[in-house]
Amino acid sequence: MSPIVKLNNVSKSFGSLHVLQGVSFDVAAGSVVAIIGRSGSGKSTALRCINGLEKINSGEITVCNHHLHHDVTRAQLRALHLDVGIVFQSYNLFPHLTVGQNIMLAPRWVRKQSKSEAHEHAAEVLRKVGLAEKFDAYPEQLSGGQQQRVAIARSLAMEPKLMLFDEVTSALDPELTGEVLKVMESLARDGMTMVLVTHEMAFAKGVADKIVFMHQGRVWEEGGGEMLSAPQTPELRQFVGNGL
Amino acid sequence: MTYTFDFSFLAEYWPQLLKGLVQTAQLSLLSIIFGFLLGTLLAIGRTAQSKLLRRICAIYVEAIRNTPLLVQMFMIYFGLASVGFKLSAEFCAVLAIVINVSSYTCEIMRAGIESVRKGQREASDCLGLTWLQSLFLVVLPPATERVYPALVSQFILIMLATSLVSQISAEELTSTAARIDSMTFRSFEIYTVVALIYIGLAFVFRLGFWALSRLVFPRLRRLGTPL
Repeated sequence: MSPIVKLNNVSKSFGSLHVLQGVSFDVAAGSVVAIIGRSGSGKSTALRCINGLEKINSGEITVCNHHLHHDVTRAQLRALHLDVGIVFQSYNLFPHLTVGQNIMLAPRWVRKQSKSEAHEHAAEVLRKVGLAEKFDAYPEQLSGGQQQRVAIARSLAMEPKLMLFDEVTSALDPELTGEVLKVMESLARDGMTMVLVTHEMAFAKGVADKIVFMHQGRVWEEGGGEMLSAPQTPELRQFVGNGL
Repeated sequence: MTYTFDFSFLAEYWPQLLKGLVQTAQLSLLSIIFGFLLGTLLAIGRTAQSKLLRRICAIYVEAIRNTPLLVQMFMIYFGLASVGFKLSAEFCAVLAIVINVSSYTCEIMRAGIESVRKGQREASDCLGLTWLQSLFLVVLPPATERVYPALVSQFILIMLATSLVSQISAEELTSTAARIDSMTFRSFEIYTVVALIYIGLAFVFRLGFWALSRLVFPRLRRLGTPL
């Protein structure tokens, strides 16, 4: 199967700080790829580049047949966003809207769904994340874990071909982390293509088809879950040693 | 010092005062509505990506905020008249106040817009919303809700500042009072009454703005908490 995401020699710097230095990896359709690495290794930046949130300096990224390079236009990005969903560490729910309105906003204004259609669909994705009864609640009335599950539902409502998760459990305690990971696991089982940046080693090992270990802006090591038990490089060995 | 208060003029002049009150309310509401719209546009300009646009809006705001409303009013009314534009005093009054209040509203709304975290905009971009949709659906509603109390203060101030338009002989409450004063010479009484009317109008305005907030901010209505 041809890859749904392909990064080819991608470089990105913020000023004199070279965050990505020739990153290449790809993501097969229907697979789950976990990007791991310590803070500052460039993993979040790599994920944000896939979604065009950061413009790359050189190299090429292909995502769902959209080609991103250093001078991508707003219109191209918008087309890309229709195919790719992203969930952030800080949820980024819209605080002035109810859970239901958060989820229905884009389907109504972007997909031009009717109110009843959007409503029905929103209720369905909320059920999927186990929060059917929170349709009319406001984000501030929910726990962090619930807010993150709503954010996942909001992304799902746009029926993306690819979902990106940027350290989505980093702000949550272990119990809330568990409920979010469970939702992500069920998404993976349903065949959603997912790329996640995570510090949850057990989850990466158990759910990811491929793990990409980044270090100093480069892909240092990549492989299946077994890679974590038998690291090839001293850097990964040290990282896993600290992490587990 | 013996002074006998005499409010008997009210019997004859209250219809005029009432008319002045209505004119003041109209003048204020028009100025507030258009001042808010223009101020919001300016705030969008001041937070835009284009540096040129940001500069232009900043210059406008600083120029207006650092000159007296009365001088602005004279410039528009007498100034425009002397170069050949003959506009009614009421129109010039509204125009001057709109220009004035828009600069203050701009700064208040800018604070609101800047309080909306970058992630909100990123999330709406990533959901496929256009720039304009993001602005109106994601950025402006919480921005406005957060600075609403400051906006209301500004609007009440502007309502009180409409008394200045009596200086360009526009018809409203204070100019009506001045006219009655010149006929009855009951300055203390008449301006006391007018002050009370302003207090009453301010109260009604505050009540109206409170009701409006419950109408346009459903979250506030349901939870009552600050955003």
